[in-house]
Amino acid sequence: MANLTREETLDLIAEVLEVYPEKAKKDRAKHLAVNDQAIEQSKKCITSNRKSLPGVMTVRGCAYAGSKGVVWGPIKDMIHVSHGPVGCGQYSRAGRRNYYVGMTGVNTFGTMNFTSDFQEKDIVFGGDKKLAKLIDEIEQLFPLNKGISVQSECPIGLIGDDIEAVSKKKAKELDKPIVPVRCEGFRGVSQSLGHHIANDAIRDWVIGNRDGDDSFPTTPYDVAVIGDYNIGGDAWASRILLEEMGLRVVAQWSGDGTIAEMELTPKVKLNLIHCYRSMNYISRHMEEKYGIPWMEYNFFGPTKIAESLRKIAAFFDETIKANAEAVIAKYEAQYAAVIAKYRPRLEGKRVMLYVGGLRPRHVIGAYEDLGMEVVGTGYEFAHNDDYDRTIKDMADSTLLYDDVTGYEFEEFVKRIKPDLIGSGIKEKYIFQKMGIPFRQMHSWDYSGPYHGYDGFSIFARDMDMTINNPCWGKMTAPWLVEEEAQAQPQQARA
Amino acid sequence: MPSVMIRKSDSGALLFYVAKKDMEETIATVETDTPQTWGGEVELTDGSRWYVDPISPPPVFPTTLRFKRAD
Ligand code: SF4
Repeated sequence: MANLTREETLDLIAEVLEVYPEKAKKDRAKHLAVNDQAIEQSKKCITSNRKSLPGVMTVRGCAYAGSKGVVWGPIKDMIHVSHGPVGCGQYSRAGRRNYYVGMTGVNTFGTMNFTSDFQEKDIVFGGDKKLAKLIDEIEQLFPLNKGISVQSECPIGLIGDDIEAVSKKKAKELDKPIVPVRCEGFRGVSQSLGHHIANDAIRDWVIGNRDGDDSFPTTPYDVAVIGDYNIGGDAWASRILLEEMGLRVVAQWSGDGTIAEMELTPKVKLNLIHCYRSMNYISRHMEEKYGIPWMEYNFFGPTKIAESLRKIAAFFDETIKANAEAVIAKYEAQYAAVIAKYRPRLEGKRVMLYVGGLRPRHVIGAYEDLGMEVVGTGYEFAHNDDYDRTIKDMADSTLLYDDVTGYEFEEFVKRIKPDLIGSGIKEKYIFQKMGIPFRQMHSWDYSGPYHGYDGFSIFARDMDMTINNPCWGKMTAPWLVEEEAQAQPQQARA
Repeated sequence: MPSVMIRKSDSGALLFYVAKKDMEETIATVETDTPQTWGGEVELTDGSRWYVDPISPPPVFPTTLRFKRAD
C-alpha cells in the first residue's frame, strides 16, 4: 500500500477522533500529529506528558514502575524492596529481561521479588516497624547484598510513613547504603516521573558517596554507559565496541550494574547516554557538579553505530579516533553480509512503532539499514524534548501519536496497513489476531540483544522471521479459503 | 522563581533547562553578556522572557540559577 499524503493522514486523524465526545476529542487531537520535518520545536505540533483521559485505554505504567522496574531494579547487587502490598512487585517481577551475571539469591538479586507485603494492620498502624524488621531479615538471609533500596508503592505516601528516618537509622546500623525512594505510583502522569524520582534518589544517596576519595585509579579513557538496561544482553553488545575502541567502561547504568559502579561514575571522563528519557537527569547533575560532559548515542543498526562511534571518539585523542575507524572496518564484512541476506527479503516493508523511552526514534535507523520504512511512531511517556529529537528522524507526513489509546492505534493500523508493528505485550495479540506481524519492542520478544553490530544480526533475523513467517498466509481457515476464492471472481464480475 | 540549569549545547548555544517542568529551550538573547557580567533579561527561542540579577564575574556553565519570569 502506498504511503499516505499529508492531507490523507490529517483526514485519518480526524476520522479516528470522530467517535470521541467533544471534550475528549479536543484533548486527544493535541496528541496526534502528522510529521513535518520543517518544525523545529515539537510543542508546536504535539502535546505530551499529560494525564491520560479517564475512559480510554492507555498502556502507561506508574512512577513505581519507572523507579523499581526501570532505573533501580537492574542494579544487581542491591536488594530492592517493593514497600507496600505484594502485588506491585510480584506482577512486574523479572518481566523486563535485564540480564546479569551472578548467583541469584547469593550475591545478585535481579529476578527476585522482595516485598514488605502490607496487610490491613500495616495500613492502619503504619509500616515503619515492619520495614526496620524486614531490613534486618534481609541482612540475615542475604548478607552479601551491597545495599538496599526502599521502593514506595502507593499506600506508603497515603499513610505518611517516614521511610527516610528508618532508612537512615538502619544504614548507620548496618553500614550499608539504604536508599528510600518516594516513587509512589500515584505521582505524575506516567512512569516518567518515576525515572526522575529515581534519578534524584541516586543523586542524593549514591552519587556523592566517594567524593574526596581518590583511591580509584582513573585513566583518560574512562566512560560510563548510562541508560542501557541490558535487555537480552544489549549493554554487553554495546560495551565490547567501546572497549575495542580503547575506552574503559567503568559503569553500566543500570543493566548488569552494581552500586559500586554507580558510586564511581563521577570519576569518569564522559557519560554516554542511550536512554535519554530515563537518565538525562543524573547526567545533567554530573555535568554540573563534576563537569563530566554527556552525549547521546545510538547503537541500533550499522549506520547509527558508525555515526555514534565517531561522535564518541571525537571526545578523545587521535588513537581513539583511529580505533573507532578500525572497529567500524572490522565489523563491516559482518554487517554487510547481514544486509545482503535480509535486505532483499525486507525491502520496502512498512513499520509502525509504539514503545517507550528511546526506541520509537532510535530503531528507525536500523530499519532503514534493512530497507524498511517507519511510517508511524509514538511514545508512551515521552516529553517534548523526545519529540524534538524524533521529528528529524521520521519522514514527512508520517504519523506521530503520543500516549495512543487502544482504539486509536487499532484504527490507525487498519487504515495504514503496516507490514510490521513493534510495540508491547499488551498490543501483541490484538494485532496478531488481526493478521499483522508483530514484534515486542520492549523485551525484544524474548530475543536480543539488538544493540551493537552483533545485535543487528539478531535484529535483522528476527524481523525477517516475523514478517516472512508462512503463518500470515494462513489467516483464513482452509475450508473458507475455497469459498473466498469462489466468492471473489463473482464479486469482480458484479 | 524556578531553578534553571544553564548549559552549553553541542553547537555552543546556551540551553535553558527547568528540571521541574522538564522544559529545555535555547536562549536567544541575553541582556548583558560581557567578560565582566552575565545576566539580566534573557529571551528564549519560544519567545518567553526571564530575568536573573546580573552576575559578575560570569558563571561557569553548566550551573543552576534562579530565574524570575520577566513578562
Ligand atoms: S499505581 Fe500504586 S498500586 Fe498500582 S502498581 Fe503502581 S505503586 Fe502499585
